[in-house]
Amino acid sequence: MPNDRIPKLARGQVALFVGTAKGMFVLRSRADRKSWSVAGPAFAGEQVAALALDPRDGRLYVASQSWHWGTTIRTSDDLGVSWSDPASSVLKFPEDTGLAMQQVWQIQPGRASEPGVVYAGVAPAALFRSADRGASWEMVRGLHDHPHRERWMPGFGGLCLHTIVPDPSRSERMTVAISAAGVYRTDDGGATWQARNTGVRAQFLPDPHPEFGQCVHKIVQHPRRPDTLFLQNHWGLYRSDDGGDSWRDIARGVPSDFGFCMAIHPHDPDVVYIVPLESDGYRCTPEGRLRVYRTRDGGEKWEALGEGLPQANAHETVLRDAMCTDALNPAGIYFGTRSGKVYASADGGAHWQCAVDGLPQVLCVRAAYIGDPARAAVGPAARAARTARTARAAKPASRAKRAPAAKKRATAPARGKAPARKRAPKRAASRS
Amino acid sequence: MERSAKLRVFLPQGLRPFAGGAATVEWEQPEAPLSEVLTALWERHPALRDRIFSEDGRWRPHVRVFVGSEDVRWTGDLATRVPEGAEITIVPAVSGG
Repeated sequence: MPNDRIPKLARGQVALFVGTAKGMFVLRSRADRKSWSVAGPAFAGEQVAALALDPRDGRLYVASQSWHWGTTIRTSDDLGVSWSDPASSVLKFPEDTGLAMQQVWQIQPGRASEPGVVYAGVAPAALFRSADRGASWEMVRGLHDHPHRERWMPGFGGLCLHTIVPDPSRSERMTVAISAAGVYRTDDGGATWQARNTGVRAQFLPDPHPEFGQCVHKIVQHPRRPDTLFLQNHWGLYRSDDGGDSWRDIARGVPSDFGFCMAIHPHDPDVVYIVPLESDGYRCTPEGRLRVYRTRDGGEKWEALGEGLPQANAHETVLRDAMCTDALNPAGIYFGTRSGKVYASADGGAHWQCAVDGLPQVLCVRAAYIGDPARAAVGPAARAARTARTARAAKPASRAKRAPAAKKRATAPARGKAPARKRAPKRAASRS
Repeated sequence: MERSAKLRVFLPQGLRPFAGGAATVEWEQPEAPLSEVLTALWERHPALRDRIFSEDGRWRPHVRVFVGSEDVRWTGDLATRVPEGAEITIVPAVSGG
């Protein structure tokens, strides 16, 4: 199905795929991430609460939800220019469950060791698995049959499975988060699941430390340190160093430990980002100031990052999947707000700019660099190369000959050396 | 010349991708309950079923179906008699924000 609203992305560009309450938008920038153009919406009028770009093969997955006609997961192999036939999507509960699909909350590509496998988290809370790149889906029975299930209570957004963390080092281990049931983990490939909430508060319940019933909002993991997990709770920031067996509070130096989103740095497993919100009653940034908080030591302390973000009359909310990183170095950090703004930082959070203002409510954001991030025209090596080129171009003896070429490179730094490289065909990399 | 007795089903914009782009589906159909007519519609365009019903067998909450000008909610739901040559209109209910 052609869609002329999303233009083709080029190698060397950074793309932000932004799911909103009214469709998906795509923001594009060069690798310097200084200015952004906006295209879209695709699926106008439909809610896009979950999307993922599979780094293994570049396939884009988008869950689009029509309030009238239900949810479909669509796929694109050209980053949104054309889409699979929506009639081909089959994501529904088995008849014997008596359940009906309400919403897809999360799409998570599988491990490198399981090509073609993709996971989806949905409401009512369940995990689905596709073994054929999204062509067909099957509910994971082991989780659905869990004896706790009938006592799970919905959160404000419904009873949803919104976070899926496949362990990259153990193919049989996966952690999921359900609001408001808590953290569950399988160590046998999904056959059985155990609640993993020890240490996580559920302060809205009479017993604040139940076995399950916690309202977990987001969990992140770094692939280099898979036993360490960070968790943003409905009240509470936590860290686990034993794969979720136990959790300890790391909310020191934040204005509130309530929030939804959480992202981990692509290259440093000790660096985590959050956006604290004032309370579960107000759910907006404290004091009307929009600040990202970052820890650089695995949660020992947190620092406010606000340069370039509004520090007055900014009563914003950032939802649980509306923050992500790219894979470049220095890393790009991105988030979108319920008020329709998307903010971007090209230096790991030190400085921010508003990439777009005026979108519908932002529900999810995912970033991708089109090409090999290690060869992107950013970072110290790229700066040194640019400086050297500029110096060569400035030499008086050769200025006349070199000036046209230098000018050309200056306008397209990401592709300046492209002809000399022998790279694989189009491949997208993403971090989210 | 005898007038065609084909039954016609009118689809709204949002459902047409699930019916090969068609705005109208028509076939020869003797009088039958709505449930049988819909079964015949699923045979022609299987993907429509999951858009109009959820997998628990219920109408999706914001779907309205008319036989002629009558909303089937008030005429017997799936047991509503659909006469030969009738026109069925599927409508997205006015809702949302």
